[in-house]
Amino acid sequence: MIEIKDLHKSYKMGSNSLHVLKGINFSVEEGELVAIMGSSGSGKSTLLNILGMLDNSDSGEYILDGVPIKNLNETKAAQYRNKFLGFVFQSFNLINYKSALENVALPLYYQKVGRKERLEKSLKYLDQVGLKEWAEHLPSELSGGQKQRVAIARAMAAEPKVLLADEPTGALDSKTSYEVMDLIQKINDQGNTILIVTHEPDIADMCKRIVHLKDGVIIEDKKIKQVRAEQYV
Amino acid sequence: MWLFDKDLWSEIFASLGKNMFRTFLTMLGVIIAMVILVLLLGGSNGMSNGFNKIFAGTASNSLFVWSQRTSEPYKGFERGRRIQFKLEDAGILKEQIEEIEVLAPRIELGSHRGVVTVYRNGRTSGSAVYGDYPNIDDIMKKKLVEGRFLNENDMADSKKVCVIGEETYKLLFDKEENAIGKDVRINGVFFNIVGIYKPNQNINIDGENSVYIPFSTFQKAFGSGDRMGWMAISVQPDTQVTIVESKIKQLLKNKYDINPIDERAIGSFDLSEVFNNISAFTGVLKGVSFFVGILTLLAGVIAISNILLITVKERTKEIGVRRALGATPKVVKRQIVLESIMITVFAGFIGFAIAVGILAAVNGMIGEDSDIPFYNLMVSIPQFIISFVLMVGLSVLIGLIPANRAVRIKPIEALREE
Ligand SMILES: Nc1ncnc2c1ncn2[C@@H]1O[C@H](COP(=O)(O)OP(=O)(O)O)[C@@H](O)[C@H]1O
Ligand SMILES: [Mg+2]
Repeated sequence: MIEIKDLHKSYKMGSNSLHVLKGINFSVEEGELVAIMGSSGSGKSTLLNILGMLDNSDSGEYILDGVPIKNLNETKAAQYRNKFLGFVFQSFNLINYKSALENVALPLYYQKVGRKERLEKSLKYLDQVGLKEWAEHLPSELSGGQKQRVAIARAMAAEPKVLLADEPTGALDSKTSYEVMDLIQKINDQGNTILIVTHEPDIADMCKRIVHLKDGVIIEDKKIKQVRAEQYV
Repeated sequence: MWLFDKDLWSEIFASLGKNMFRTFLTMLGVIIAMVILVLLLGGSNGMSNGFNKIFAGTASNSLFVWSQRTSEPYKGFERGRRIQFKLEDAGILKEQIEEIEVLAPRIELGSHRGVVTVYRNGRTSGSAVYGDYPNIDDIMKKKLVEGRFLNENDMADSKKVCVIGEETYKLLFDKEENAIGKDVRINGVFFNIVGIYKPNQNINIDGENSVYIPFSTFQKAFGSGDRMGWMAISVQPDTQVTIVESKIKQLLKNKYDINPIDERAIGSFDLSEVFNNISAFTGVLKGVSFFVGILTLLAGVIAISNILLITVKERTKEIGVRRALGATPKVVKRQIVLESIMITVFAGFIGFAIAVGILAAVNGMIGEDSDIPFYNLMVSIPQFIISFVLMVGLSVLIGLIPANRAVRIKPIEALREE
């Protein structure tokens, strides 16, 4: 599903440049649930942003579902993101003046899905994350965990090929974190490919594979036996 | 077509509606600008309407011709000779100069601008007394408060009737007293009053206190023979008064042996000049109003653009999220521009409604019967359309500034966690 080869990325800061990714190679199969780990500043978000076409690499190859991702202009990148990718952020990033349902419907709106179908579909996904009753509520009326579940429903509504989550539990307490992980696991169970950036070992253990970043390279990449989050909720 | 895309509009309304108070403040500039624009336009239109109303009934393309003394010797005549028009001149002019539409000969009792005493029951009034043809009414319409003006029958039968001014009435009659059918005495001759008129305060050639009697009656009663004092003449609509004026003078100079270079022997007054000056004035006024109004509007729209710029900055994160979710730059741009248009148009309509309300109130206060040159203050449909097209055009152009700023926001920068 994802294939990257010798990926480099550095940030220019005045006269010096900060080499963040120093040749990353890895690939992800369909249906995998991968944790990207590493200490703060190790380049996890940078990697995820490049995978999410929110940022460009300096060099290297990136192939997503057989499509080489290279030299995209902003319009093309937006269309690819919309079609291929779902995003979940640490701070949820819901649009605060839109109801939960409208938030979930947003990617479908940009896919030009008709209004009726869009709202039906969004409601279905809200139901899947257990928030059907909260459809008309504004984000400010939801708890952190609920917000993140809306965000996950939003990411899934467009039926992306890959779900990218940057510290999805970073702003949540551990109980809520496990609830969110439980949801992510269930989505993965349905065959969805998911990449999670985290620095919390217990969250990483709930994935099926852990990729460890340090100083811009992968120092460890191992398959693990998944810890089910269900037992903690 | 995106114009009819309900979702797009609800997107726009949602983002405008989330900060109602600020949206309103943003609109205030355009509302006020629109009020100013419409008031300026309405005011200048009202002034132009007012002048039109005041001069209604007065032929704008008319002139007056009278005789004076010569200022040049000619063909053996000394300078300083008094010229006296004859009634036949009217016929000659009308026949020979085809541009003349209406020609009303007139004769005045006493010297020019002179006053004669009009008697009634021991009361007197010092009035100007004119012998007139009824067609003078086609050139300078008299506003009658009571009765009628002189007519062809009066002329044909040389009836001893007269039309008097309100001023004359006040001097000769008690308040509320009926004057129609009563007699007044002028130079020992009795005249029966058939009408009372109200002089036009703004364009008054005959004076305040005047009495009109039929020309033919005048001739008989006062023995004026074939003498004629002066002429009121209106020319064909598409003819320039000055051209006809010089033709008339040339003909009369020729007839009365006046030196062609003599500028004084025949006096004239070109009323069309007054009208041209007024319409030039109101035209310039309208132009200036429009210009000032549009500039004000521009300032209002720029204020909207400014606020939208601030809004875009505040919405950096939201725009980043939208971009991450698949909003293309074009979609983002369109939304911001449409927000700009929406605010502007909505504000414009509010301002327009307010201004029209004010104009209507002013119209009500001025009323129908006012002599001040303001009447029916309103904007015309073309002015309304031009203003709105300009306003929308400006809001698009100006909206592009925040829209381009929004597009420059990179989703990655917008989404970076602090
Ligand atoms: N836009 C940027 N400009 C300069 N430096 C950046 C930028 N984004 C990230 N960095 C730096 O790159 C390094 C990696 O950042 P990041 O990928 O966010 O790390 P992580 O998510 O693993 O904490 C950090 O040192 C960070 O300061
Ligand atoms: Mg990070």
